Amino acid sequence: MSTPSAATSIRHEIVVQAPIARAFSVFTDDFGSFKPPEHNMLGVEIAETVFEPRAGGRVYDRGIDGSECQWARVLAYEPPDRVVISWDISPRWQIETDLEKTSEVEVRFIAETPDRTRVELEHRNLDRHGDGWEAVREGVDGTDGWPLYLQRFADVLAG
Amino acid sequence: MQTYQHEGWFALGDRTRWAIFERLADRPCAVGELAIGLPVSRPAVSQHLKVLKDAGLVVDHAVGNRRIYRLNPDGLAELRADLDRFWLSALAAYKAVVEQPEQEVS
Repeated sequence: MSTPSAATSIRHEIVVQAPIARAFSVFTDDFGSFKPPEHNMLGVEIAETVFEPRAGGRVYDRGIDGSECQWARVLAYEPPDRVVISWDISPRWQIETDLEKTSEVEVRFIAETPDRTRVELEHRNLDRHGDGWEAVREGVDGTDGWPLYLQRFADVLAG
Repeated sequence: MQTYQHEGWFALGDRTRWAIFERLADRPCAVGELAIGLPVSRPAVSQHLKVLKDAGLVVDHAVGNRRIYRLNPDGLAELRADLDRFWLSALAAYKAVVEQPEQEVS
């Protein structure tokens, strides 16, 4: 990968054995069921993750003590094909209040068969998080950029 | 639990280090230049630079009798790789949930 955008976005796709409508509803309604548990900026355990199913909705975690942490906004909600949320978390792992400095995550659902769905995820505009990401873009354009990280992912999976 | 695995995320959790980091994103600097305009002493800047350097976020090299600090692209890319791992993990867990028989999903 040698284009600047490759360094400022992250792409993954996965094929699941489920109809497109279910693939979409699980991704949104049940986001909390698969979100890595360490994704938690509350001081307490998360009781539930709420994904408000509409453009303009909020995505937030509610702690077992009732505290809330909103870490995303729903930018587009188009069941069963597409959903886009903002990523309002700074590189310092704190809620970013300056919305100009937030990235976004687009998820597309494509029916391969009535019972199989491809899910494509792109976390993009990472450079909006700050000047440091500009340096990232310059850095990973080189030969030791992507191939090295792909190997590291493979190592993580193997480990 | 750590959310981002790379220690660079923790190094950047400090407000002053973040300010230093952003300044170095503009251009490489010596300690003295960085200390100008920051509300901390020059020795404190040196300490923060050491933390950033240990985390792999900055590198330094000697120019005459000064040390010039700049961002380390490899260290920064590690931060990005952690976000990548986040989504890799989330999608794997998502697949497990979505492929469960429907009545078992709460």
